[in-house]
Amino acid sequence: MEKTNKRYWKGIEELKNDPEFVKHADKEFAEYLPINESKRAGDNEGPSRRDFLKMMGFSVTAAALAACEAPVRKAIPYLNKPVDVDPGKANYYASSFLLGGDYASVVVKTREGRPIKLEGNKLSSFSQGGVSAQVESSVLSLYDKQRFTAPQKGGQNTDWATLDKEVMSKLKEISAQGGKIALVSHSLISPSTNKALAAFAEKYGNVETFVYDPVSVSAIAQANEWAFGTKVVPTYDFSKADVIVSFDADFLNNWVNPIANAAQYAETRKVTKENPTMSRHYQVEANLSMTGANADYRAALKPSQIPAAIANLYNAIAKQAGRPTVNAPAVKVSYFDSMAKDLWNAKGKSLVVAGVNDPYVQVMVNAINDMLGNYTTTINLNQPVLTRQGDEKAFNGFVKGLNSGAYAGVFFLNCNPVYDNPHGTAIKAGLKKAKLTVATSDRKDETTDAVTYVAPDHHFLEQWNDAEPTTGHFALAQPTISPLFATRQMPESFLAWTENKTDYYTFLQNSWKADQFEQQSKFIDFGMFWDQCLHDGVFEPAKGKNAATAVEFVGKPDVCAARIAKNYKSADVELSLYTKFGIGTGVQANNPWLQELPDAVTKATWDNYLTVSQSMAKELGIEMFEGDSQMVELTIGNQTMEVPVMVQPGQAKGSVGLALGYGRTAAGRVADGVGVDANPLVAMVGDYSNFYAGGVSIKAGRGKYRIAQTQTHQTYMGRHNVIQETTLGEYQKNPSAGRVQPEIVTAEGKVKPKAVTLWNGHQYENHHWMMAIDMNACNGCGTCVVSCNVENNVPVVGKEEVLMRREMHWLRIDRYYSSDADAGDLSGLEEASDNPEVTFQPMMCQHCNNAPCETVCPVAATTHSSEGLNQMTYNRCIGTRYCANNCPYKVRRFNWFKYHDNTQFDMNLSMSNDLGKMVLNPDVTVRSRGVMEKCSFCVQRIQGSKLEAKREGRPLEDGEVTTACAASCSTGAIVFGDINDPKSQISQMLKLKKDRTDKVETVEVGEERAYAVLEEINVLPNVYYMTKIRNKNSKEVKA
Amino acid sequence: MQVTSPVREPLVTGGKTIHDVTEDVCSRVEQAPTKTWMLAITASIALLLVGAYAVWRTLWDGIGMWGLNKTVGWAWDITNFVWWVGIGHAGTLISAVLLLFRQKWRTSINRAAEAMTIFAVICAAMFPLVHMGRVWIGFIWALPLPNTFGSLWVNFNSPLLWDVFAISTYFSVSLVFWYIGLIPDFGTIRDRAKNPISKAVYGALSMGWSGSAKAWMHYEAVSLILAGLATPLVLSVHTIVSFDFATSVIPGWHTTIFPPYFVAGAIFSGFAMVLTLMLVTRKVYKLEDYITLTHIEYMNYVIITTGSIVGCAYITEFFVAWYSGVEAEQYAFINRMTGPYWWAYWSMMACNVLSPQAFWFKRVRRSLVLTFILSIIVNIGMWFERFVIIVTSLHRDFLPSSWAMFYPTMYDVGFYLFTFGLFFTLFFAFAKFFPVINMAEVKSVLKSSSGEIADKK
Repeated sequence: MEKTNKRYWKGIEELKNDPEFVKHADKEFAEYLPINESKRAGDNEGPSRRDFLKMMGFSVTAAALAACEAPVRKAIPYLNKPVDVDPGKANYYASSFLLGGDYASVVVKTREGRPIKLEGNKLSSFSQGGVSAQVESSVLSLYDKQRFTAPQKGGQNTDWATLDKEVMSKLKEISAQGGKIALVSHSLISPSTNKALAAFAEKYGNVETFVYDPVSVSAIAQANEWAFGTKVVPTYDFSKADVIVSFDADFLNNWVNPIANAAQYAETRKVTKENPTMSRHYQVEANLSMTGANADYRAALKPSQIPAAIANLYNAIAKQAGRPTVNAPAVKVSYFDSMAKDLWNAKGKSLVVAGVNDPYVQVMVNAINDMLGNYTTTINLNQPVLTRQGDEKAFNGFVKGLNSGAYAGVFFLNCNPVYDNPHGTAIKAGLKKAKLTVATSDRKDETTDAVTYVAPDHHFLEQWNDAEPTTGHFALAQPTISPLFATRQMPESFLAWTENKTDYYTFLQNSWKADQFEQQSKFIDFGMFWDQCLHDGVFEPAKGKNAATAVEFVGKPDVCAARIAKNYKSADVELSLYTKFGIGTGVQANNPWLQELPDAVTKATWDNYLTVSQSMAKELGIEMFEGDSQMVELTIGNQTMEVPVMVQPGQAKGSVGLALGYGRTAAGRVADGVGVDANPLVAMVGDYSNFYAGGVSIKAGRGKYRIAQTQTHQTYMGRHNVIQETTLGEYQKNPSAGRVQPEIVTAEGKVKPKAVTLWNGHQYENHHWMMAIDMNACNGCGTCVVSCNVENNVPVVGKEEVLMRREMHWLRIDRYYSSDADAGDLSGLEEASDNPEVTFQPMMCQHCNNAPCETVCPVAATTHSSEGLNQMTYNRCIGTRYCANNCPYKVRRFNWFKYHDNTQFDMNLSMSNDLGKMVLNPDVTVRSRGVMEKCSFCVQRIQGSKLEAKREGRPLEDGEVTTACAASCSTGAIVFGDINDPKSQISQMLKLKKDRTDKVETVEVGEERAYAVLEEINVLPNVYYMTKIRNKNSKEVKA
Repeated sequence: MQVTSPVREPLVTGGKTIHDVTEDVCSRVEQAPTKTWMLAITASIALLLVGAYAVWRTLWDGIGMWGLNKTVGWAWDITNFVWWVGIGHAGTLISAVLLLFRQKWRTSINRAAEAMTIFAVICAAMFPLVHMGRVWIGFIWALPLPNTFGSLWVNFNSPLLWDVFAISTYFSVSLVFWYIGLIPDFGTIRDRAKNPISKAVYGALSMGWSGSAKAWMHYEAVSLILAGLATPLVLSVHTIVSFDFATSVIPGWHTTIFPPYFVAGAIFSGFAMVLTLMLVTRKVYKLEDYITLTHIEYMNYVIITTGSIVGCAYITEFFVAWYSGVEAEQYAFINRMTGPYWWAYWSMMACNVLSPQAFWFKRVRRSLVLTFILSIIVNIGMWFERFVIIVTSLHRDFLPSSWAMFYPTMYDVGFYLFTFGLFFTLFFAFAKFFPVINMAEVKSVLKSSSGEIADKK
């Protein structure tokens, strides 16, 4: 070190070496306190009165402040850190979603032992990496206070020993008397559970199993038996279909295997310059369903006329195929001729499906598919879907038997038929005649209220289990959290009642050792095989092996056609029942995320309602404005109920629609009293539940009602800077078809909006995040919305606040109907067409490079990141809402109230109680009242992955970071990535050229379909949309 | 002594002497409060308390108590803010600009008008404060103060921040200007006071005013300087308030015409409010000789002028929307006229553009009743103008999916009532305890204007 004479000193005394200072220099703290300094010299009588007051004042203040109690927060550290659990680090486990008969293979994200998010497992060929809104939200159902904390007897908590003792003694009594025992369930897809149940049946004898599906497709299985001699629901492959015709089958929403359907369907809808082809989709239906909204051609038809339309299609195809035609009732179907022509031209590459649950109708559909040669391509009877095994014929027998006292013991296995079966009331009544009634549901519902004993099952995230959703495709479920309550797994209960002391885990492993292990040759050690299966979540020995083979059609179309002509009589007004994508059959109705998920088509939350056509609404004198509607009285036969009306463009004239899954009475705080229960309206035609009813009468004028919609303006008002669309024919001629290229007039002539700017631009050195959304692949389902809610701790605000237009969703799906009006007719453009074209546009923060929100915030709470993100600093926000006003996309959300720990918002389950809070993502702040929030492009995921890459000393790879919405999108409509990486999927997809020679970066998008919404205001969003392309013959695109 | 034309109408009528002026003005301060006054202030305080409940609930539960939503983030709050700021324009304009232009007639009305300005700005300031989601930190963080957050500064690009500066500057200059003007009159009251408390209070307020020639010289100089300072502020405040909208991207907000248009509108509404209040004060305090019909007529001239400017601005906006060729902009203006808020638009047009045209008739200009009614109509119209600009622009902007309606709740109304309560409480307190007319300045125009001519008549 260099020698220097510099000297530092702390005070004049030190500099001068004052003797007084030197004396005390070695003492860091002064020994005396200057408290007595003001005293007169020579006065040695201790502290003065003043000092006393000073000290007292301090003490009192200090004591008073100390008394202000800070809230106690409990954090219990691990005494012994579990292996693999690192605080702050997420663990992922492959598992299975098993709920209400539905199945999806999932990857569970856990943090410190708490499952907090589900994502699709790409290794599964059944669910194909996709999830649905119900799968996404099911993680909150785990933390629902509504769950049973202990076994129940007569509505009171009891213990397992008591329950087992009583149940077994009654079972033995019944068995001794030769009484019959019924097991009622949704489709049972767990091989091991089936083994446990078989052992149970063996022990007690006389045990019968009845399977039902709340939205039944059992007619398909029956029709296949009649037509091909095999009673199965086949696998459908939409990805191989060039022409898809669906008769009232909402296959993207609830039909057979909707998750896979959606993924396969989207594959056929993606269009690129290199491969400018897509499927053509015809939909014939009464309600405007989510699937119908995606169709190229949609014909609105009363439900009673749909079977006739199928018969007519049969004739049209039969003529071509040279088969005998049948007598089909005349019915006018729009686009019928082109539908038949397209189908015939796409022989072997087409698919006709029908949602009508009537085997006679399904046989006609089978015949059509057979003539088209689809049974070796798009339909595979050799690979049955096992998630829809319901047998209604047998079930009807059970209900009859129950009411005649034929069943002494009834077990309900995780199902709620009292609510979601058309025979619900009869079952409830019949249960009184049974000696032993047991339900295994994990939470209170209408059925557990009607039985004596409840042996609550684990939630699927707490259990070991297996599944076989389709033959030879197995899956495992593993617990991701210890059971929260004193519950016991359903098959283990049956093992216990069979006096088998094996725990279900061992039982499951033994079962796999005996069966699945034998079906492979890769592993010779079971332990290794088991570990691999657990890791993958699936084991699919039959994958690709059960290929479709040629079938011989032995059905009788003429007989079926005669039945159709006889059974289906058109009525003035007909009711068509449906389920929504979110609530579905109502299994998870108590899940607020699903209740607040806007319906894909109506954009309504927290309600079901009668959808009526615009013309019928006019007749009833109902006009909807901002969700303001009216109640009507709906009468069908002897059933009368009051329901609100939703004016629905596209609703077939003379038909009305009503959603199932609502009107729960025993589901809990969130679901009870929301909407009306439409299950009693499900009619039985023969042995099959039919989701339509004729002879409906509607009386208007039952008072006002408000439906909470998140979007109340239905058309896009001819604004082609928002929605850009074209037809396939136009696109093939010109890939830029439908694109609007705005120009600004300047003194130098017309220039691109980019050329006129006040902005300095940005430079993104490391990453530049961007998103592309394919409006052709997006089917509007809304799974991404729920996924975003889960990932980002987005609060649920309840119906009243949605009515105030204050839902907090960071991501919404704008749904626009087309209008028949001319471009200049502004009031006409507000009216949707009678049968509109529908466009879905997911809309979230566009992360503008020239962000209008950033300039106006007075405190710089919203700023631009060095990676192109528009960031929100909650802690800095003072809540002026100026940014939200100045946002052209209106994607900012304000915390109008305190949504957490607030009794006013107790429906916000994930923030209102300690149990629910376990689902919160610890990486994302729960926002306080008075601050603004919005989509962050899942910045916590970006940072997480960046840190991971940094720790491993490697650059971030494409695909490592994705947003929650993109991850949950079964159709791959959302692509997210770094455009600084020229090889990334997004760079390739948008054909990006980035110019970084200048100080300011410019991005040129080469993809012709890609456009930025509101390009002319030059906010330069980081989200691009791909034009909507409809596979239509002519340019019929309307505003 | 100033030279005035003998043909000029007298500014003070009734042959008032200098002593009369002192008597007429001071007696209001010195006498016991009248029953009418007691009633008025009780009603005002009651209104204030009712409104305070609404403010309290808003602060306690959140901004959600109001009717705002995801699309319309500002409605009554900023409407009322701009409305009150606009009202606060007349006082300073009258005292500063008219002083610079040597308009003598201003002397009898400037005191009350300035008081009104200050109270109106106080009321206006309530809205940007309470409308913040987190007012408890917002009122500090919105100021460019040194801090320990790693030197985190405010965003100097934000027009909201410019508002903070504009309003606070305007308020402080107006307050000082008003107070300086009050000092000589406080001196008079102090000198007449018999009650020792009054003497002490007014003595303190008059800051040792001696009435010496030197003091008067300083007084005149300060008044002129302050008038010079205040004049640009009259223009700048509403210009900056209009930047809140003009610098945004929202169709209907994003227009360069806003600054002059807002300033004209502010003077328009400010004069109307002055008229409303003056007509009442004049009647109750029997000040007909000081605030004459000529005063009222002059003020009506200003109203018809500014009203017509505002009308031209409305029409220009439409022209520019059409001329721009911007789809969203065109729709915003058509939507104003024919959309769901058509009634607000046409109320604005009727109140602001059509109603002041009645002042072309001298009989209307000089009619107390009609002037009073029209002055209120103008302020209703000006409220609607701000409502139309803020709410109808926001409620239907770029993406039709987000279009929404705004419905006020009782808490929106309550907060507005709160500011009325506050305004009138302050105004009545002022009318009782402060000299409502600038005695010193009125005395200066008494001789030159009224004496000789009144004698002739």
